[in-house]
Amino acid sequence: MSSENMLIQMEHISKSFPGVAALDDVSLELKSGEIHALLGENGAGKSTLIKVLTGVEERDGGSVLLEGVPVFPKSPQDAQKLGISTVYQEVNLCPNLSVAENIYIGREPKKRGSIDWKKINQDSRTLLDRFNLNIDVTKNLDFYSVAVQQMVAIARAVDISAKVLILDEPTSSLSSVEVEKLFEVMHMLKAQGMGILFVTHFLDQVYAVSDTITVLRNGRYVGTYAAAELPKMQLVGKMLGKEYAELDLSSEKEELIGGERECLLEMKQACGPGTISNIDLKIYKGEVLGISGLLGSGRSEIVRLIFGIDHLEQGEISLNSQKLAGKGPLPAIRCGVAFCPENRKTEGIIGDLSIRENIILALQAKKGMLRAISRADAERIADKYIKMLEIKTPSQEQRAKNLSGGNQQKVILARWLATDPQLLMLDEPTRGIDVGTKAEIQKIIVGLAEQGMTVVFISSEIDEMLRCCSRMIVLRDRKKVGELSGKEIAESAVMSLIAGGVKNGENKEAV
Amino acid sequence: MSESVKTRKKFRIRNMSLLVTVLLFIGLFTAGSAAYDRFFSLSTFCNLLNDGSYMIIASIGITFVLLTGGIDISISSTIAFTCVFSAFLLRTGFAAGVVIPLVLLIGLLFGALMGFMIDAYKLQPFIVTLAGQFFMRGLCAVISTESIPITDDFYKKMALNKIIFAGAKIYYYVFIAAVVLIGAMFVLKYTRFGRTVYAVGGNELSASLMGLPVRKTKIMVYSISGFCAALAGVVFSFYTLAGYSLQNVGMEMDAISSAVIGGTLLTGGVGTVIGTTVGVMIQGVIQTIVTYQNLNTWWTKVFSAALLCLFIVIQRILAGRSEKIKDVRGKLEKTA
Repeated sequence: MSSENMLIQMEHISKSFPGVAALDDVSLELKSGEIHALLGENGAGKSTLIKVLTGVEERDGGSVLLEGVPVFPKSPQDAQKLGISTVYQEVNLCPNLSVAENIYIGREPKKRGSIDWKKINQDSRTLLDRFNLNIDVTKNLDFYSVAVQQMVAIARAVDISAKVLILDEPTSSLSSVEVEKLFEVMHMLKAQGMGILFVTHFLDQVYAVSDTITVLRNGRYVGTYAAAELPKMQLVGKMLGKEYAELDLSSEKEELIGGERECLLEMKQACGPGTISNIDLKIYKGEVLGISGLLGSGRSEIVRLIFGIDHLEQGEISLNSQKLAGKGPLPAIRCGVAFCPENRKTEGIIGDLSIRENIILALQAKKGMLRAISRADAERIADKYIKMLEIKTPSQEQRAKNLSGGNQQKVILARWLATDPQLLMLDEPTRGIDVGTKAEIQKIIVGLAEQGMTVVFISSEIDEMLRCCSRMIVLRDRKKVGELSGKEIAESAVMSLIAGGVKNGENKEAV
Repeated sequence: MSESVKTRKKFRIRNMSLLVTVLLFIGLFTAGSAAYDRFFSLSTFCNLLNDGSYMIIASIGITFVLLTGGIDISISSTIAFTCVFSAFLLRTGFAAGVVIPLVLLIGLLFGALMGFMIDAYKLQPFIVTLAGQFFMRGLCAVISTESIPITDDFYKKMALNKIIFAGAKIYYYVFIAAVVLIGAMFVLKYTRFGRTVYAVGGNELSASLMGLPVRKTKIMVYSISGFCAALAGVVFSFYTLAGYSLQNVGMEMDAISSAVIGGTLLTGGVGTVIGTTVGVMIQGVIQTIVTYQNLNTWWTKVFSAALLCLFIVIQRILAGRSEKIKDVRGKLEKTA
């Protein structure tokens, strides 16, 4: 409508799911020949916005214009026909088919009624040549690395429709060499006049490749900026919800009581499978340790490693100076480790069981399947925690799926508290729950630590991290880049570490 | 010409488990020939085809379903129903030219109905086709619990006519199986529908995101399976010249195991109909050897069971190895 080379204009987009407004008056503009980064933390609404654009979800309000014409894609195929293609982090191709076939399936060239395999193979070779990819296209897709698979997915997308390409976290599983290659391709497509919408969590990559940045936070539009004019620190501030200028540089945190603190858990040079590398970490008794960093920086991976979900590749983890077996969660539970995972719905709550049953699950696992907890005991335990954590429910027999998100989170918390752990690890315990309950959970965390429990706390919201944590380690790109304690914990310090600045003395990483 | 070299190379790598299957068949056949007089002959081989043709047809049908990652356990009942219903209609006085198209149509529609239910209501294929199995078996008994002989001239002709080639007999109905095999091979390799079958089995979500007609394809594979089962029933009634309600109980599992021995993965996406055919013939060879050895025929099951276990383990190892190779390659690329 306005300028000539405007490809997509999304205006006042809103979308809500039961109980949550996922998008609230969000706008986005994409020009042709532009690489546009879409940024935001968990729950910011990036994926919902993309789903609206690609027709996976229908928008509740607002308008989408494609080259000035209103569009209303109802399915990914619809969007594809309009010229909007998406390539996801987990490659959506068929691993059992050849590379060539993956590019042409559904639109195979035919000769006398049957598929012309020769042409398919030749055409895909020509196509992949444009991407500087010289591979045997007749081999099965799963013969190749994820990077190649992704390139094939992009080739397919571009070959089908060459207007808008959406790359949803394409670099998460790529090595730096592979990322370079991807960027080359992105620049090439940009030169051909495509508009590319790029979602990532790696800020360096944002600056390496994009022209424009749009930031979302909590389902709201924060702003659109030219990448060259937005310093990294300010960007982090916008993502986390604090203007740099507003930062209070002094923290109200009391200096930790000095002297010898007892070390509960120690990680030495720990490496996970393709996740984190060479992490050294000490957790002291009775502290609330925050693990900070953007999504994908390795914060969840650390706790998953401690809990034995991921397999430790190198290094060692010891609890009370005893080596943790690392063979699945059960040994960890028996050693007194508890973990509330990030994804409440799929990894935490079992919706069809009652609150009582959900609460005693971990305790029962710890005791072993054969020593059943009696009904009376179970009721007593459930009652105790429902009161203690103020879980709002008519009865403990209520099915867990009928509870609100916040109360479900409390049930999971209760489940782990019932095992009487020494170390409680909480990954994003307050995501997607209302402000009141958030505050309650924060209070509970601090209270538990005061009673002597050790807590590891992960959150995307820097505010609550500051409120709860007595010590904090900061991760970037799956490496530990800093450690803050007591008075050092301040938003500016944390953010500069996350952004890769050179503020803190402990920061060993170069930008 | 480098083109053809490349394709041949691909053929070798891709069909590793087919190669194993063929070698196994040759191995078993050789072993039988070494152990027994008069085993090694063209006529032994042709008898495998004669006795196995209905099984080949049914197994090819079920291979389509298995390739999409589904399962169809109704086929044995559909075969029995086809035999009983054909025999019943023929006895009532209908002509073969009416009866055969009719039962084929019933098989096709019945498969389509099950496919529709599986797809539209997101039901488990196992349960839906189990219901189909009960239904068809029940209908057989409703028509007649006694064996009904077939005296129709066309059926008799089909049962007895054969060509004799170097002393070996090949019955006409073997050619029906051959046509089905060649047709299925063509469909799976050279039509959009055939490739979609593989894509659905490889990753259903991806297939639908790529804009492929996943739903239509799923309904079609069950229709094909039902049609092939009915056709196998027609061939079986040529072979036995009777319809009996308790025929072929449990035979769907033989069909599934033939497909697996032939290299089909039950998770879908991998397999060939030629492999399935060789799988059927392997089971046939085992049966022949068991007969020669004068053992109880149930030994066939014991050996098939052992083979089946061996095969799934081999497949697992092959799959695991390729994953490892990929892992290592990925790491090398990353360190590069």
